Parts: sequence; structure tokens; C-alpha cells
Amino acid sequence: MTGQQLVNGNFERFLRRKRLMGRIFHVILLISTLVGLVMLAVLIVDIAIEGGAWLTPTLFTNYHSRRPEQAGMKSGIAGSLIVLSLTALFSFPLGVGAAVYLEEYAPKNRLTEFININISNLGGVPSVVYGMLGLTVFSRGFGLFKPNSWLVQALNLPVDPRNGYIFSVLGLEMRLPFGNSLLTGGLAMTLLILPTVIMASREAIRAVPNSIREAAFGLGATPWQVVSRQVLPAALPGILTGMILALSRAMGEAAPLIILGAFTYVPFLPRTIWDQFTVMPIQIYNWITLPQPEYRVHLSAAGILVLLVVLLGMNALAVYLRNRFEKRW
Amino acid sequence: MVTSTPNATTIEAAQNTTDGVVLSTQGLNVYYGDKLALRDISMDIYRNQITAIIGPSGCGKSTLIRCYNRMNDLIPSARVEGRVLFEGTNIYAPGVDAVEVRRRIGMVFQKPNPFPKSIYDNVAFGPRINGFKGNMDDIVENALRQAALWDEVKDQLHESGLALSGGQQQRLCIARALAVEPEVILMDEPASALDPIATLKIEELMQELKQRYSIVIVTHNMQQAARVSDMTAFISIDRENPDARIGVLVEYGTTQQIFTNPINKETEDYVSGRFG
Amino acid sequence: MAGLSRLLPASRAVSSPDDQKGIFSRGLSWRLRRIREQIIKASLFLCGLVSVLTTIGIIVSLFGEAIGFFLRPEVDLYHFLTGTMWRPLGRPVSPDNFGILPLVNGTVMVAALSGMIALPIGLLTAIFLSEYAPEGMRRVLKPVLEILAGVPSVVYGYFAISFITPQLRTLADWVNSVAGTAIRVDFFNALSASIVMGVMILPLVSSISEDAMRSVPQALREGAYALGATKLEVALRVVVPAALSGILAGFILAFSRAVGETMIVAIAAGSTPRVTLNPLSSIQTMTGFIVQVSFGDTPMGSINSQSIYAVGATLFIMTFIMNVISNYIMRRFREVYE
Repeated sequence: MTGQQLVNGNFERFLRRKRLMGRIFHVILLISTLVGLVMLAVLIVDIAIEGGAWLTPTLFTNYHSRRPEQAGMKSGIAGSLIVLSLTALFSFPLGVGAAVYLEEYAPKNRLTEFININISNLGGVPSVVYGMLGLTVFSRGFGLFKPNSWLVQALNLPVDPRNGYIFSVLGLEMRLPFGNSLLTGGLAMTLLILPTVIMASREAIRAVPNSIREAAFGLGATPWQVVSRQVLPAALPGILTGMILALSRAMGEAAPLIILGAFTYVPFLPRTIWDQFTVMPIQIYNWITLPQPEYRVHLSAAGILVLLVVLLGMNALAVYLRNRFEKRW
Repeated sequence: MVTSTPNATTIEAAQNTTDGVVLSTQGLNVYYGDKLALRDISMDIYRNQITAIIGPSGCGKSTLIRCYNRMNDLIPSARVEGRVLFEGTNIYAPGVDAVEVRRRIGMVFQKPNPFPKSIYDNVAFGPRINGFKGNMDDIVENALRQAALWDEVKDQLHESGLALSGGQQQRLCIARALAVEPEVILMDEPASALDPIATLKIEELMQELKQRYSIVIVTHNMQQAARVSDMTAFISIDRENPDARIGVLVEYGTTQQIFTNPINKETEDYVSGRFG
Repeated sequence: MAGLSRLLPASRAVSSPDDQKGIFSRGLSWRLRRIREQIIKASLFLCGLVSVLTTIGIIVSLFGEAIGFFLRPEVDLYHFLTGTMWRPLGRPVSPDNFGILPLVNGTVMVAALSGMIALPIGLLTAIFLSEYAPEGMRRVLKPVLEILAGVPSVVYGYFAISFITPQLRTLADWVNSVAGTAIRVDFFNALSASIVMGVMILPLVSSISEDAMRSVPQALREGAYALGATKLEVALRVVVPAALSGILAGFILAFSRAVGETMIVAIAAGSTPRVTLNPLSSIQTMTGFIVQVSFGDTPMGSINSQSIYAVGATLFIMTFIMNVISNYIMRRFREVYE
């Protein structure tokens, strides 16, 4: 458009059309953004409606039963808690340790770069793959402990076909392979959330200003003293927030645990880490697949409500930690 | 012209007050990667004196002072050639533990960097990690007194160090450094982030501290160097190769001599404010 | 000159300055501390190595068993990759029963449909949050998106089958009554699963796109505004193109997530592997198959249980390639502004 044309009334109309398009676009944006919000609301309302009436103490005190009025999630709740604790127990040192190494100690060489790439790739691996990894390595031990395997023959190990090779370490019972036990579940979930924990910890560690490290080094601190006494305490809120969020994701996972052999009908509470188990999401899934509407529609919704409340609690804790303890440098 | 040993008047002055050399660099070259940052620095730091390192910015003053306590080790691309002697021993000799060096040669940084802990824990950190035995309360009080901060904070030792004013934070950092009982205190532009009153307090403190410690201070403030120091070293860019920005020791002598009667024309230009 | 000698470096007194037995302690506590530091560093390194071990473990377990699967006489690789029938329990046992294309078809169809929902809405949401939304709105909307991302997939699966599917069927009936068509919505179908999966990966698309757009320097926007551009023009013609590689990387990542998603499809998409383009029919995805086999009680070492490894290996390769491409695009994007 030449200057002449702009000066004529055409520009007014041009501007008005632009403004109209702008407003329409604004509305489109608003609607799109609200899609997510609306879907979430519908989801919650639907679940509350279908499951609200079935949210009774029975849900917590009973095991799964063939009679819907008596069915509960007790074994799932217990299993979820124990698996989550094991996952936290393993992933905290491994994840924070790896993060500390990569941020404070690792030299800039090919091996470090390789580790970095590995961690970022592992973050994108589907959860079923972790289930299959857990099945092959932890649950079945590559089949190395079957009665007719070469290892057993060579070392003449006393293996029980169902429980594998049992021995004791410092008075505690150890089994190889781990079977479809709580231990296997915890290990598989640890590997699943490890990339997330490492990335969150690295960010928290990176946020600690370098001047603190310099001051500590200047006073004659060793690298580990700088890390353990200055960097980690300062980074801890961020690390914990990241861990809680990762754990809450682990709590909602069903697929990997199904694959490595968690059962659906577990009419007992586990006593050792070698026991079989189930978790809340699996019990919910099981109920969804049953034909009777009491299970398929109502009990599963009630179970979902319990699960969501637990997750909400965990996320709220993480947000609280983040807001209360986040250091402003 | 590079003067590496003090001239006659300097010796006389030093003779009256010192009993020796506490730190000495011999042919020190510092590289960042392939780039030479400091060339052939040879100078002695005398005991219980305040030695100022002055010069235009970017010439390597900070690099030099960080060589004295091996803080340049923390920079991966930094490389040091030559010797730095502390009480006659080369601190860059293979097998010397940098941690030990840093306990005996302390450092105060340009921007106060107290730990996000209480005042007490800030001062106690150094002794704790070095395994000091004895009454920690006494150590903390002693250090804070030496740093002229005790009276101001003695009732709030458990408050965060970050709650103090800028000048107080810097004195806290000094107390923190003193708590490990070093022999030398390195100060990298300690007052440049502070207001004039706080700066004055730091300068008075330095005069008291030099009775027990040897102090090396980097400063871009010439008046401060003239007020406070006994010896002055002037570091600037090598004139023969200005594009390479290599730092060299242009002149080193007593403060009085450097500021009133400099030997080198470049020194004279700098201290009289003609450039820098 | 006597004074000078007093001032010369005390190094003259000791044998050689490089003989560090001079003044720095070399006692037992120093040695112990050195050893402790080395042990700590080694332990931390091992923690870092766990990730490498995990990758090795995944490759060995997946491909090891998959190779075992392909070594069976009843199966061959060519039919696996090109066959359009997946019937592992079919009799007689023949390589024709083990063609993976139906499962791949199901996976890609569900992922693509969910992408069609998540990508535009996610991008628009991101544009809104990054360029338009006032601070108060952002503070409300971002947590909502985070919640959406945090809802477990079983819950989404439930929602799909208990709410979305009936709604779709009602809708189909209405369309049929009005337009006289004969549209049929299977009880298990790909579309329901895709819809909820789209909602599930929406936050991922939105947050990655938003990050990409926020890293566009303000200077670019200001230059455009100064030329008289409207907000719409700045957003669509300046910011989005500048952030394009980041947005694209986010799309690929989200698609990869959708490909790997399991519970939603296991609940709502069905267990009938078939090659089809009809989203209203029952299908099965790779992940759905894996769960189906594991959920049942198939004996170890049977052909059925081994087949999940072959399927898993295929899945892993697909998501791995997509993640590598996405990372590559993200890295190239970073260079543009540094």
C-alpha cells in the first residue's frame, strides 16, 4: 500500500478489520484454554457422582470380594504405600547422588555427555518398557536361577523352583531372583522416576549461587564438604519438591506393575518385601474391567476418588514446600 | 620496565617493620585455555604488611590474588606455571593439598557472600570443617570481635547472616575467614560493593588486623590503596603487545614511593589519574 | 646488603621449595580425608552410571527376548514387519498370525487422533498464556494444567469408557436419526481413547510451546509493535515462527508420549487388532496388547508371553527415534539464540 492509499479512508477499514480479527482470535484462545479446564471439571464431577455414594469405610477395610458391597481396596492401599516407600528409599540417594555427581564433580568429557544423553532418553521411554525391564531383570533374573540354568548347574545352587535361590545376609532373608514381589515393584518404579528425580535435583543444585561454593572453598572445605554442608542443604526444598511430584506420578502407574506380575486379587496384607502385592491403580483397573456396573462404574469411581485425594495431598505438599522454603537468591 | 624486587628505600622501610616474606611468586604465568593472562609475575609479600595490588580493570589483578590460595583451581581452563611460595614452600607443587593451603590463606570476596545460615553458623563453618576442637562459642566470639562486628550482632547470633546490611555482611565474611586462624588474608576488592561509611570501617579494620595477619588487597580505588597499604604493586597490560591483553607487573614498591615518586612513567600516569 | 638477605625468600632455608614436606601436613588424618573424598566421588559416579546400566538393561532384556521370539520356527521377521494379521493364539500356528501392522495401526491412529486434539488446543493455550493472559489468569490456569497432567491414566481410561463412549454413542444415534446414516460406535473404540488422551497430553504440548515462546526475546516483539502490528500479528507472525523449532520438538515429544501410553487404551480402545482407518471401531494398540497378555495368566516362555518382547522392542524403537529427533530439534533451536 502506498502512502497515498494509506491516507485515504481505506486504512480505517483495514484497521477495523484487523481489530475484529484480533478480538475473534482472543475469543478462540480463551475457548481453547478453557477446554482443558472444562474437561477437568466434567471429569471430577462425573467421578464424584458415580463414586460418591460408594465411598464407605468398607473401601478401606476390606479386600476385593466377589460381592460388590463387601469389596474394598485394602490390599491396594497397603501395596501402594509400601511400593511408594521403597521407591522413595531407592530413588532419593540414587537420584540425588547422580545429580550431585553431574553438577559438582563430573568433568566435561565424552563419558559425562553420554550419561547426560542416557538420562534424557530414559525420560522418554514408555512405562511399559520399564515394566518389561523389571520383569526380565528383577523378577525373573534373566532366568539364571531356574533349576536347569547353567549358573545353577555350575555353582550347584539349592534353588526352589517357585522362590528361587534363598540365602541370608546378616540375618535377613535374600532371594534371587526377586520374583513378582514388592521389591521388584519398588525397583522398577525407581528406575521409572529416576530421570525425573535427577533432572529436578540438578535444577535445584544449579540454582545455588556459585558465590556460596567459592566462599566455602575459600575457607578450606573439600568438595564433599561444600556439597554436603552448603549446596545440598540449600537445594533440598527444590529436590524434595521434585521428588514428591515424581513419586505422585509413580503412585498413579499401573501398567509397569501389571507387566511385572502384580496381581489383582491379593487377599492379604504383605508382611515382607518378598510378598506379592497389588496397588490401587491396578485394583481400580480390575474393577473397571468387571462386567457388573457396581464394579465397573461405581466402585472404580470410588477407588479413583481415594487415589485422587492421596495424589492431591502429595501435590499440595510439594507446592507448600516450594512456596515456603524456596530461597530467593 | 618490570621491577620485581623492591628498591633501596623499600628495603629500608620493610626492614623496620617486617621479619620476612610470607608469600612469594616466582615467574608466575597464568593461562585461561590458550590465552596468557598474566606473565612472569615475581614479587614478595611481606609479613604483617598490607600489600595493595592496583591497576586498570581486566588486567589480571583478581587472577593474581586467586593464585595465592589456589582458587584458580576451581576454573577448569585455568593453568598456572611458575611457583607460588608460602613460607618457602611451593603451593603448586604436586601433592600439596589445596584444602590445606586455603585454611592458612583466607579470602574475602568482592560481593559479600555469607552462607544462608545463622551468623553463628557462618563463623563456625570454617572451624567445623577443619576439625577444630575447643569451645566453639569462644572461637565465634573471638572472630567476631576481631572483625569489629561482635558488639553489633552479639544478641542476634542465631539470625540469618543474610539479614545484615552490606557492610556488616562483609565484616561477617571477614570474621568467617578469621575463625580458621589463617596467616594471610586475601581481599579481592572487599569494599567495592559497599557505601563509604562501611568502606571506612573495613579500612580501619584492616589496619588493626595487620598486626596479626598479612593482608593482600586488590583494589581499583587508588585513594584506598594510598590510605591503607604499606606496599603497592601496579599491574597493567603489557605495552609491547596491547592487543593480547597480557597482565604484567609494572612496578612494585612501598606505597609512599609508588604514589609520590614512581619510577615507571606508566605508573605515574595511572596514579595521577591520567588513564585507568 | 645484610638487610636484603633477611628479606629474600625464606626458600633459601629449606632444601627446595618443591619439596612439600615443608609445612603442609601429610599426616594420617590428611590421608584419611583424601581417601574419604575419593570414595565419595566414586560412589556418586556409580549413581550416575545407574542410568547407563538401565539403558543396557532395557536393550538386553527387550532385544534379548525378542531375538528369542524370532528364533522360533513359528515366527519370522519379514511377516512380523509386514503382516496385517495379529492373532497370537490363532491355530494353526504360522508366521501369518504374527504381523505387527494391526498393532502399529492402532497405536498410530490413537496417537494421531489425540494429537489432532492436543496440538492445536495446546498451542492456542500456550499462545494465550504466553502473549495474552494477565498475571492473575496465569496463576489460576497454570496449576489447572499441572493438575490435568498429573491425573493418572487409569482415571482417564475410566472417564473414556464411562462418559465419553456413551456420549459418542448418543451423538451417533442422534446423527443417525437426523441424517439417516448408520454410524456405529463400538463399545471399545479408538476415538474415545484418543479424546481423553488428547486432554492428557494437552498440558505437555502447552508447557513446552509456552517455554519456547517465552524464550523469544522481547526485543523481537517490540520491533513488530513499533511497526504497527497488532497483538494477533505479533503472536502469529513473529513469536510462533521464532519459537517454531521448540514447538515442533514439543509436538513430537507429545506424540511419543501418546504412543507409549497404556492404561487409557487398555481400558477403552479394545483388544481386537485390526488394520483400519475407522476410529469408531474397536482396535488394539501395542501397549494394550502387552498389558492384555500380562494381565492374563500366560505361562512363562510361551510364544504369547515372548511376543510381548517383540512388540515392546518395536515400541521402544519407535519412541526412541521420536525422542532423538525431538532432542535434536530442541538443541538446534537453542543455538539460534545463544
